[in-house]
Amino acid sequence: MADGNNLFQLEIITPDRVFYQGEAFMVEFTAEDGDIGVYKNHIPLTTVIAPGILNIKEAQGEKQAALHAGFAQILPEKVTILAEVAEWPDEIDKNRAEEAKKRAEERLQSHAAGIDVARAEAALKKALIRLNIGK
Amino acid sequence: MASLRDIKQRKSSIQSTQQITKAMKLVSTVKLQKARTRAEQANPYFNYMYQTVTSMLARSGSLEHPYLKPGNSAKKAVVVISSNRGLAGGYNSNIVKLLTGSEIPKEDVKVYAIGRKAMDGLERKGYEITADHSDVMDGPTYGDAIAICNEILDAYSKGEIGEIYLAYTHFKNTVSHVPTLMKLLPVEFDEEEISSADISIPMNYEPNEEEALDRIIPKYITSLFYGALVEAVASENGARMQAMDSATSNAEEIIGDLTLKYNRARQSNITQELTEIIAGAEAIS
Repeated sequence: MADGNNLFQLEIITPDRVFYQGEAFMVEFTAEDGDIGVYKNHIPLTTVIAPGILNIKEAQGEKQAALHAGFAQILPEKVTILAEVAEWPDEIDKNRAEEAKKRAEERLQSHAAGIDVARAEAALKKALIRLNIGK
Repeated sequence: MASLRDIKQRKSSIQSTQQITKAMKLVSTVKLQKARTRAEQANPYFNYMYQTVTSMLARSGSLEHPYLKPGNSAKKAVVVISSNRGLAGGYNSNIVKLLTGSEIPKEDVKVYAIGRKAMDGLERKGYEITADHSDVMDGPTYGDAIAICNEILDAYSKGEIGEIYLAYTHFKNTVSHVPTLMKLLPVEFDEEEISSADISIPMNYEPNEEEALDRIIPKYITSLFYGALVEAVASENGARMQAMDSATSNAEEIIGDLTLKYNRARQSNITQELTEIIAGAEAIS
């Protein structure tokens, strides 16, 4: 599957570092309109990223990371992901994510006035992704 | 001539000041190193962001979008980034001067202050301070940039402000920091750069072009914010390092001067005593 011909350049950049730079033969992540998987020679596309799990398939294996916000620019030979937040599994603080999950759930269940449901849901989603990938 | 004791006191007081300025210089040198690495690490993100946004605009030049044309309000939001602490030479007053010397009339400005020093300076000059986010300066994170950006874009979309500016100190290198006033919204790009952008590949947008712009431009502005914040921290420490360095060498100079004076005074004291003793001895014999 992964011979030299179907590899493309993948760069993932966050505000504080170059998160990933290398060659991959497939990358999967969650876009606003649903999950998207990209192989080489994809049509040019700019898409907004929704919180989800990032899957990189390289020649040597597979890598996973949590990806929370940003956008991706896909060109046939190169994919650039500008991520506001991206984390490798070993960088995730599970206790913190667990707490965030509880907090968000409480907020959603309390139904009190003045609660930003969308924000609480987004927080819950992020916490779940972190927990999922941190396992 | 001042007495021996006075000179001695003055000298020791300057010596202790010198110790403080020396320590402060060392501290800001270390902080500068850290801040500079952070500013450098933020660079690739910003560069890609700029490239993407220019190429997007190059492809969709005639797009009608609220972020691309001035709002109806005459009010202009200016985000002013300075420091919370002084003793950094002209760092803070330069930012204040940048704004007072600009063409934007004072009455139209709404200041979003990040950093207490320039905020106080502008308040004294009669500017309207809308918000104060000074605690961010203690260690700016990308999350902080997002929060401030959302607040301002909110005011922009509500029509409370018509334009957004950013005043900060650009960190050119360790010794050169340039106070900079730049316009964030409506987005303005170099025509030349837009026309030279590579548009040979047709690009698709998801969800659609307009919505993608809607999402990406705030991110672009946030990245500018974040870049400005980390550069400002680097500039602040650079400016403080320079200020403290010259303070230390000034103290050195004064101490040298005083030591000379002290020795002279001491010598003339001794000479005087000697002449007095000799004169006394002569009078007796």
